[in-house]
Amino acid sequence: MSTKLLLDKANIEGIRFYKAYRENGGYAAVEKAFKMTPTEIVEEVKKSGLRGRGGAGFPTGMKWSFLAKPEGVPRYLVCNADESEPGTFKDRYLMEFLPHLLIEGLIISSFALGSNRTYIYIRGEYAWIPDILEHAIEEAKQNGWLGKNILGTGFDCEIYVQRGAGAYICGEETALIESLEGKRGNPRIKPPFPAIKGLWESPTVVNNVETLAAIVPIFNIGGEEYAKIGVGKSTGTKLISACGNINKPGVYEIDMTISVEEFVYSDEYCGGIPNGKRLKACIPGGSSVPILPANLLFKTAKGETRLMNYESLSDGGFATGSMMGSGGFIVLDEDQCIVRHTLTLARFYHHESCGQCSPCREGTGWMKRVLYNLEYGKGKLSDIDLLWDIQRRIEGNTICPLGDAAAWPVAAAIRHFRDEFEWHVLNPEESQVRNFGLAHYADAREVMV
Amino acid sequence: MAEEVKKDAPQMFKVTIDNITVEVAPGTSILMAARKVGGDVAPPTMCFYSKLKGSGGKCRTCLVEVAAGSTADPRPMPKLVASCRTNVMDGMVVKSITSEKVLDARKGVVEFLLLNHPLDCPICDQAGECHLQDLSYEHGKEETRYEFQRRLFEREDIGPYIQLHMTRCILCYRCTYIADQITNTRMHGILDRGEHAQISTYISKAIDNDFSGNMIDVCPVGALTDRTFRFKQRVWFLKPLNAHRDCDKCCGKVTIWNRGDEVFRVTARKDEWGEVEDFDGKTGWICNTCRFDKKKTSDWVIEGPRKINRHSVISANHYLDDLKRPHETIAEVMGGRKPKLLMDIHAVSEVNKPTVHLSEIEGPATSEVFNKENGRLLPETK
Repeated sequence: MSTKLLLDKANIEGIRFYKAYRENGGYAAVEKAFKMTPTEIVEEVKKSGLRGRGGAGFPTGMKWSFLAKPEGVPRYLVCNADESEPGTFKDRYLMEFLPHLLIEGLIISSFALGSNRTYIYIRGEYAWIPDILEHAIEEAKQNGWLGKNILGTGFDCEIYVQRGAGAYICGEETALIESLEGKRGNPRIKPPFPAIKGLWESPTVVNNVETLAAIVPIFNIGGEEYAKIGVGKSTGTKLISACGNINKPGVYEIDMTISVEEFVYSDEYCGGIPNGKRLKACIPGGSSVPILPANLLFKTAKGETRLMNYESLSDGGFATGSMMGSGGFIVLDEDQCIVRHTLTLARFYHHESCGQCSPCREGTGWMKRVLYNLEYGKGKLSDIDLLWDIQRRIEGNTICPLGDAAAWPVAAAIRHFRDEFEWHVLNPEESQVRNFGLAHYADAREVMV
Repeated sequence: MAEEVKKDAPQMFKVTIDNITVEVAPGTSILMAARKVGGDVAPPTMCFYSKLKGSGGKCRTCLVEVAAGSTADPRPMPKLVASCRTNVMDGMVVKSITSEKVLDARKGVVEFLLLNHPLDCPICDQAGECHLQDLSYEHGKEETRYEFQRRLFEREDIGPYIQLHMTRCILCYRCTYIADQITNTRMHGILDRGEHAQISTYISKAIDNDFSGNMIDVCPVGALTDRTFRFKQRVWFLKPLNAHRDCDKCCGKVTIWNRGDEVFRVTARKDEWGEVEDFDGKTGWICNTCRFDKKKTSDWVIEGPRKINRHSVISANHYLDDLKRPHETIAEVMGGRKPKLLMDIHAVSEVNKPTVHLSEIEGPATSEVFNKENGRLLPETK
């Protein structure tokens, strides 16, 4: 049984509401934090080694300390709840079942950053969650955790919930800010970074839901204690939303010391692959990160056991590794077709590209069309090289990371599964009726029934 | 005096672009510093327009490699940066055309820009002064690897003077910036997302303000065209002349494009980067009256021919006084004698005998013919 800090109380009856949450030790962290100065809070978060849970893994304390503090200009904290990455649904779980945990984290963070108006920008498709959040905010307000002069510190804070209109790009922090300002959700060109000029030209910090929720246990147990959980620079616990061909899809809290193999096969977590199938590949951190074949998933290229943490998952770079990302763990068994899978992802990025900069606007659509031809038996061998060329020219040349996110899955699929693409081209008819199967990237483990 | 110079000196940043060092004021973008160097070093731009605040960063044609960030922090930047939106630092080292990475990325961007472009230059009014045309000549390939249906839109008249040909648009956003910055109301914008994004008016035919015509000038491609000029003339057949008139709405300084005495169109004066020139510190945008209504030579005070600096086809037919003719050296070599006939072909060739009258040969000439004299065989071959 691993440490649980976020979901430890998730099964308590009525935890969604203030009464049960407070009775089970809720808002103790706020009481603790409000006795400290904002600078001390930032130092505490720095000590905890907490890294951004949204995907990039940037140290949160560091991000907070970058916030510009000019006189007479308001500062804002924005909670990024625009969780639209395919395969990621951890924030939804937190907001739906533990809304007060997020509110509590937001109050502490707002106090630390001096944000009197804090926004939760929530994905438009999560239509029922704003009500839950607003109810929780109302409860917190009635009990004096929000509003004017919180706990007698003289600090005022209001939390507003803003619904997006269902655009993946609005999960990018500057596009989110534009959307929050009521404009078209196009990412801004950086610099200036939001920490200098963000929402309404004011210094802004944008943090993921899980990051802000993780602030609460940091103050409950202390930053140094929090840093002791996990390995190296991957401190604390992380929520993983596991889905795909596994026996037990769901949101799991891990302490980043367990191996990927254990995560996939242990009954505590995913519970193995259903129907006695074997593992073919896995995307360990949400659809944007490179896919890994089974032989590279459990062991790194150096032969070490791969663990579920930031460093170990990215071991070997993109050639033989992947990324922790946002923790969307998508498992593919031997029956899945990588070409079809890549097409699905390419279609998503084509649909979600904002159309601002040319490589992404034109390149994502092109990749989708080439992949469509490959999948439906109309491809040529040269199309595989063409795809490689397109992704190479999108990656790194765009304004925001959506270009990279669109390029990486295609690059990784070709890098690791090129023979499957070639098989699709050479056997156009057969590829329509059956899948390629496992071949050399077979699971190192024997079939578990 | 000397002290003043000292005060000024540290305020200038030294930046090295393609091994050429220039001094620029802090806050200058890499692109503007490169334009100071000029020539091929200056990255091409499709969306950036120095006179429009906030423009740039979208087309990605101006990507450059920063080999050293600054003197204080000489680390290179990991990715290529958009030079139009990245400011220089003191001691920055930038690679534009000396970097393989940059040239490759530029080729990629040109390919992406042309992916859905109709390439209808033969029937496009912008041909000859199109930035995309120039860009694809310099950095593009002669063939496309795209084998799918291109994006198509209906042509649309947005207002009485402007036609929008969305199929040609590269979504540089310049026309939205100009509407925001020089007119009171912006009546058009970007609709839809991603590949389907398009410029359009909220209500059809709604653009109607005195400065709307400048949208045509800032459009880098043929997406926004002058309805009063459409299909009237090719720009390279026209003669650009600087002219002015007293106008109560704008600066009145324009370029008129003539053929004979007829004024075919009026545009703002554009500099070598294709941007509207400044007059007395103000950008010389012109009003719709000057642009669309004053189409007689008598409306204008003509200042003289306009020098077109860009390597465009427009300048090809308009040689001005500074035309450089090659220096003739033959007379010098020949001691002052003028060349007459340098070589007599019959002196070196045994084939073309002066006695053979080529006009009298019937049918295709063969070696046999040349062995005959005026149809008769020569004595030695008998």
